[in-house]
Amino acid sequence: MVAKRIIPCLDVNEGRTVKGINFVSLRDVGDPVELGAHYAREGADELVYLDISATHEGRHTFTKLVERIADHINIPFTVGGGISTMEDAERLLNAGADKISVNSAAIANPQIIDTLANRYGCQFVVSAIDAKLTPDGRWLATTHGGRRLTDKELFAWAHEVQERGAGEILLTSMEHDGVRQGYPCELFAQLCSQLSIPVIASGGAGSIQDIADVLTKGKADAALAASIFHYGTYKISEVKKALAEQGINVRL
Amino acid sequence: MIAIIDYKMGNLRSVKNALSRLGAEYTVTDDAAAIVAADKVLLPGVGYAAQAMANLRERGLVDVIRGLRKPVLGICIGMQVLCRYSEEGDTPCLDVFDTDVRLFKASEDLKVPHMGWNSISNLDSKLFKGVDEGSYVYFVHSYRPGLCQDTIATSRHGDLFSAALKYENFYGTQFHPEKSGDVGEKILSNFLAL
Repeated sequence: MVAKRIIPCLDVNEGRTVKGINFVSLRDVGDPVELGAHYAREGADELVYLDISATHEGRHTFTKLVERIADHINIPFTVGGGISTMEDAERLLNAGADKISVNSAAIANPQIIDTLANRYGCQFVVSAIDAKLTPDGRWLATTHGGRRLTDKELFAWAHEVQERGAGEILLTSMEHDGVRQGYPCELFAQLCSQLSIPVIASGGAGSIQDIADVLTKGKADAALAASIFHYGTYKISEVKKALAEQGINVRL
Repeated sequence: MIAIIDYKMGNLRSVKNALSRLGAEYTVTDDAAAIVAADKVLLPGVGYAAQAMANLRERGLVDVIRGLRKPVLGICIGMQVLCRYSEEGDTPCLDVFDTDVRLFKASEDLKVPHMGWNSISNLDSKLFKGVDEGSYVYFVHSYRPGLCQDTIATSRHGDLFSAALKYENFYGTQFHPEKSGDVGEKILSNFLAL
């Protein structure tokens, strides 16, 4: 059986990891390679690096960084943030990324998923969806960190990206992100049972039980979290051990 | 010197990086003479099996690879083309390993592609020296080789399939040792030590 995955997410600004505390074992917690290697040693199954740089210079630094990550990290990693053209995706693939995540670019131009999947395989394409609950009870995809609603209904859009060739969906509920009160398990369960591709649950983990719930009740294939790992609330090894004790299949 | 065969089937960067981390010297080539001259040969690749076979034929490498008598390691599609036949594009393959490659059948409980960390069992080769039964390795594939007399590791996704194969000097892993953390590094270093 495929193990459920635990994926720390690292935000990178101008080549440096932004959030985080000082892990005693690390010389430079702001170095995305060193922090990523630390997580890999602790048992992370994959890493996600999100470029939040606003400048052209920052983008260039990020590509150089991806090359260093590929040199040093021996587990799969996904990169995302600001990928809007095929050229962006190819640049990051050539730098050594295993997967890229696309969000706004796919909303603006859904065809980019088909093109990427046909050229590089569906395993290369992660479709990131930031969803928000509207007052009339519908879940819609958003862009710009949840600030702009689109006309794409979550379930229809998730099916569409699957049909177009996305290999995975990374779903964040903007209602739950950053609140640390748990993931919306019913939403995930509904989506996961409809799709044939894996779904990564993102945004909302405040405790180990939250992660356990989204992987069992929520049927998610993987859980992505940032704060609880960066701020040292839990170690990845500690989370995985606790999940295993609940009978969840994880790689120890 | 390790020859990494470059037949335009995906990015070779992670395989090169993995060999560099292990301190191995390698050359990336599609030149028959360089492949024959190397101490060991790696046949990596991701993509479409029929395309992989076409690319090998185009470079005149089919008989070169079959004729190798030094350790050869096929990874992912590189392993699949060493089998008899692949359903992916309905293509005859190099016929080294005694099995066919067929599509997983997706269902509500079985997601395809088979992507992520899965455990390997029935380990039966020097390739797995120091690797524990049930260790997890990283897979990304939609087609898989069946069980056969050449099977040296199994994994389960729905049915059991061959996670690794061996016939004489030929080895193959369906998983990606170059992305499988410390376990993968151990397997690669075992191959380098053959």
